[in-house]
Amino acid sequence: MRMTAVFAIAFLALAAADRSHAVEPDEVLADPILEQRAREISRELRCVVCQSQSIDDSNAPLAKDMRIVVRERLLAGDSDEEVLRFLTSRYGDYVRLNPPLKGATYFLWAAPLIIFAAAAGLSIAYLKRMKERSDKDGKGRAPTAESGGAEIQ
Amino acid sequence: MTRFLLLTPLVFFIALAAYFAIGLERDPTRIPSVLIDKPLPEFDLPALEGFENGFSSRDLSGRVALINIFGSWCASCIIEHPVLMKMAAEGDVLIAGIDWKDPPGAGSKWLADNGNPYDLIGADFAGKTAIDLGVTGAPETFVIDKNGRIRHKVTGPIDERLWREELKPLIRMLEEEDVN
Repeated sequence: MRMTAVFAIAFLALAAADRSHAVEPDEVLADPILEQRAREISRELRCVVCQSQSIDDSNAPLAKDMRIVVRERLLAGDSDEEVLRFLTSRYGDYVRLNPPLKGATYFLWAAPLIIFAAAAGLSIAYLKRMKERSDKDGKGRAPTAESGGAEIQ
Repeated sequence: MTRFLLLTPLVFFIALAAYFAIGLERDPTRIPSVLIDKPLPEFDLPALEGFENGFSSRDLSGRVALINIFGSWCASCIIEHPVLMKMAAEGDVLIAGIDWKDPPGAGSKWLADNGNPYDLIGADFAGKTAIDLGVTGAPETFVIDKNGRIRHKVTGPIDERLWREELKPLIRMLEEEDVN
């Protein structure tokens, strides 16, 4: 009976603890809405010493200091955007895990589209040419090495 | 035409390989400071234990200065320290220190043990000024011009060569600039 109670308490404690974040109890804001905003902003911000974690996930002392700065700014009445802008003005775009769309990052954001469009364009051109060729052959058979379709067996 | 198209994947591969090769050579822990040519953020740091004065950004008014971020807990700072002592002895430039995230007393003890190269020094226990300065680790050193702008940042310890070949000429240049 006693054991069951101990397990039940341990289980509840584990269930209550949010998975994988580094926020310590002394950092948590009294206002749950502000705390929720702080958590969301923190997930957007890179821990500049660990580099591949957000400050919400990182146990590094600098990440903790940055979380506290985020909360202090929210308490002082900053909007989410203002908090992000402040830290970006200190650490550069690098501190954002989601890089903003602007001059230097246009290519970054456009790259997937450019690659997709290029691949689609090349594929369509290739297929068209194949079709023309097979139409010319009249029998619709697969292209041979002589006709330029060397990869197709 | 078709022959050339067949080469596209190869050209693509070579371009990507070259791009990644350059990327491998770069040190990802070096993040360029966005604060270069921006005014030094304002701060007013309390004194270290056993010191009379703290360090405020206003103390620098009109002077070329170095601001060195250090901590008694920082392994590279002890390597850099003798160079700072030498720089202080040469007396070419005002050297200010920010004792970053040291528990009370630790910074003053470290300076008593190793010598104090700083003309001005303040404690940043909470690490807020460090975040304001975009500091990612210690040691880091900022070069401030006469108009209170950040002109250069050194990430990691200053060694003698860096001092003689980069910082000293830069300081001489900044000394010749006019105050606006």
